[in-house]
Order: sequence, then structure tokens, then C-alpha cells
Amino acid sequence: MTGIIDYEAGNIRSVENAMKRLGACYAVSSDLAFLSGCDRLILPGVGDASWAMTKLVEKGLADFIRNTDRPLLGICLGMQLLCSRSEEGDVDCLGIFPNRVRHFSSAFQDNAALKVPQVGWNDIVSLKTGLFDGVAEGSYVYFVHSYFADIGEDTASVTEYGIPFSSALCRGNFMGCQFHPEKSGDVGERILSNFLRLRP
Amino acid sequence: MLTKRIIPCLDIKDGQTVKGINFLSLKSVGDPVSLARAYSDQGADELVFLDISATLEGRKAFSDLVERIALNINIPFTVGGGISTVEDASVLLRAGADKVSVNSAAVRTPGLISEIASRFGSQCVVVAIDARKVGSTWRVTTHGGTRFSDRELFSWAEQAEDLGAGEILFTSMDHDGTCGGYACDVYRRLSRQLGIPVIASGGAGNAGHIIEVLSPDGGCADAALAASIFHYGEVLIPDLKRQLAENGIPVRTPAVTDTAVNLQTDN
Repeated sequence: MTGIIDYEAGNIRSVENAMKRLGACYAVSSDLAFLSGCDRLILPGVGDASWAMTKLVEKGLADFIRNTDRPLLGICLGMQLLCSRSEEGDVDCLGIFPNRVRHFSSAFQDNAALKVPQVGWNDIVSLKTGLFDGVAEGSYVYFVHSYFADIGEDTASVTEYGIPFSSALCRGNFMGCQFHPEKSGDVGERILSNFLRLRP
Repeated sequence: MLTKRIIPCLDIKDGQTVKGINFLSLKSVGDPVSLARAYSDQGADELVFLDISATLEGRKAFSDLVERIALNINIPFTVGGGISTVEDASVLLRAGADKVSVNSAAVRTPGLISEIASRFGSQCVVVAIDARKVGSTWRVTTHGGTRFSDRELFSWAEQAEDLGAGEILFTSMDHDGTCGGYACDVYRRLSRQLGIPVIASGGAGNAGHIIEVLSPDGGCADAALAASIFHYGEVLIPDLKRQLAENGIPVRTPAVTDTAVNLQTDN
């Protein structure tokens, strides 16, 4: 059973549809007892980081996530929430990954012509972890974001938009991807399939 | 490197695909979900579905269709056509659309853009602008190009961005349906003026037109949308992407995964 963590953030529907396409057994829940019993967890999210952190704390999910030993995949904002701190609302996040989350415009210097948010398909390189089994270097995935996580020792894939950033992160049982695997065609489905094979 | 997007557009009436030539004569060209899947398999980067139904039944058929598309398609898609309230947008986003496009209603009530953006995020708000050149001015039109508004294209596009639009989809009503090429000078100006992506629409007749509108020396657009040339097979997306790549325009190449994955039984 895969538990999709519900903290009232958007994009849960598209993750659910991907689970259905892959024939996975899943449930959407914010119930700690239920989520504790799941084989693996997905933390989705579209929206504002400080708002999302407030919701996670309110529902007791922040401590639960920090302490879980289940494979956990954060998607988009969900990945950023696993980082140490976000410039969006200047908020402390869950601190699983030491990486910091910054706005593209604060990082661009000579690339003022680049549009923010980054919208569209970009490539992923320097792939690490089993999440990318069978995925070739330079594969394309779909991004929509204005904030990014910097490069660090947990970086599991690198993408460049004005500057190189962490398009995926991994530390122990925690994984995150900045792109949307549920909207990234066959490559995205392969990544989700790899995640769905992980067990505690 | 971020790639340029190729976006087939499907006009939907009563749950079926149609394409209007200059928005007048309608001709059915197939089932939306199977067409969408075919485009996705060919390498389309995104899809747009525009509802042109005039009846309540037609609009209900559209939201049912959006649910089926969301379940069956694994690339992003935008829906539009007749969205006039936040509730209209909400129904379609909840049905699984990634983005909604607003057009006439936003011209009438610009606050609609900020309302949708603040509730669902700018990333899901595409502001579609139709305009015609009158003298030296690009005047914004509504209702499928049949009525002139008192707005001017470039100032309206900027206002839409300020209100929270995530992308601008501009259609030149002078070029739409002509197959004579996009209004490249206009896209070039919009792309320099705006800090959000610009999608070009209206006028594609061959692959060369799409190369021109996406090229840094041409229209500088971030994405190109077209309908007839794809629907009638005049341009095939894999050929188009190969030609774009040969012309130095970054495009997403076909998926690179190895053997198919077998999921273990998941309890």
C-alpha cells in the first residue's frame, strides 16, 4: 500500500491518476495511524512553502515525516519541504536534506532573460539512486517551478536553468524530485514504477 | 536545457473533436482521448483542449471528458473555452486539468485572473488573447474573434501578467486558419516584454512556420500551438522535432527508458 499524504495541497489528483495508470494500490490520507502502516509514502504539493509547512505542523505530519523509516518521495513542493529552509515565506522546512531552497531570480545574474517560473521539459543528468533505474542520462522530464534546491551531497540528479540545481535529492529512505513524474510521460512513469517497487 | 514545447490543440464540441477554419466551418476529426494519446505517443509536449460547446449538456460532456483525459494521458494539458468564473475553473482543475485558459471573461473581468491564480496558483492560469491588427494597433477581440474590445494587445498582456497569469497564449485572428505562418514580429515583442512564457497560436501551415516562430531570430516564442496541420497529418511531430533540432532549437527527444517495467504485486 502506498500512502499519499494529504495536507490540503494541490496536485493530488494527478498523482492519483498516475497510481491508477500504474495499477498501484494507494490511498490518500492525513491519518497518522494509517500512514504509519503504509509500505511507502508520497508527499505531493503545489503551492506556497510556508503555508504548506503550517499545514504539516497543524496535522502532526511534520514530526511523522521526519521520523518515518518508510521510503518517502516528495514531489515538486513536496521535495522542497524536505529541505532545510525555503526562501518562499522564509520558512524552516523539514530538514531531511541540508539543501536550501531559493528563488530563481535571486540566483540569476547574467540570465535575466530567462523566464520565471521555469515551465516545460528539461533534461536530468548525473543520475543517482534506484529511482532512476532504466532511465538514461539526459532524459527529459516536466518542470513547473520558481524555487529550486541548490546542489549538495544528497543531489541525485542535476538540471540546468540559468544555473545547475538539484532536480532530485536522496538520503536514506527519503527521495524527492523537483519535476512532476506524474506528468513526465514514459520517463516519469518509469521513475514512479521504480519508487513503487521499494519496500521498508 | 529547457526545451521549446510543441502543443497540438483540439477543439471540442459536445465531447467530440472539431477544428474550426477561421472559427467558422466545423468539421469533426475524431475522438479526443484517442487523438490525445496518439499525440502523446508521437512526442507532443503538452495538449490544449478548447470547449466550444454552446449548451449545458455540451459543457457537462466536456468536464466528463477532462476526467477521462487526466486518467489516460501522462503529459500536461490545458483546458479552456467559456470559463467565466472561478467555479468554472475549479470544476475543470478538480477534474484533473493541469491548467485552465481564460479569454473573453478575463477581458470583461480582469480580476478573474487574480482570483484563479490566488486560489490555484499562477502555474495553472493561461491567459489566451485573440487580437486583430487595425491600422497600426493590435486590438483585442473576444467571442472567438467576432467582437472588438477596447483593449490593446501589449498593454493587456502586461496587465494579465501583473494579475497573475502563468503563461500568455496569443492568437492572431488575422493569421489563424490561413496556414501562412505565425505573426512572428508580435511574438518577438511579447516575449521580450513579458517575464512569463509566450505560446504562439494561429497560422501554422508547415514545419518551417513553427521553426520560425520558436527561433531566437524569429518569434522567440516558448511554445508553438497548432491544430489542423497536426490533425490532418500535414506535419508529423517526430519529423517536426527532428527539423527543429537540426535548426538548433532545443526540443525534447523521444523517451529514453530501457525494458518495460514489471510492477510487483503491491499489497
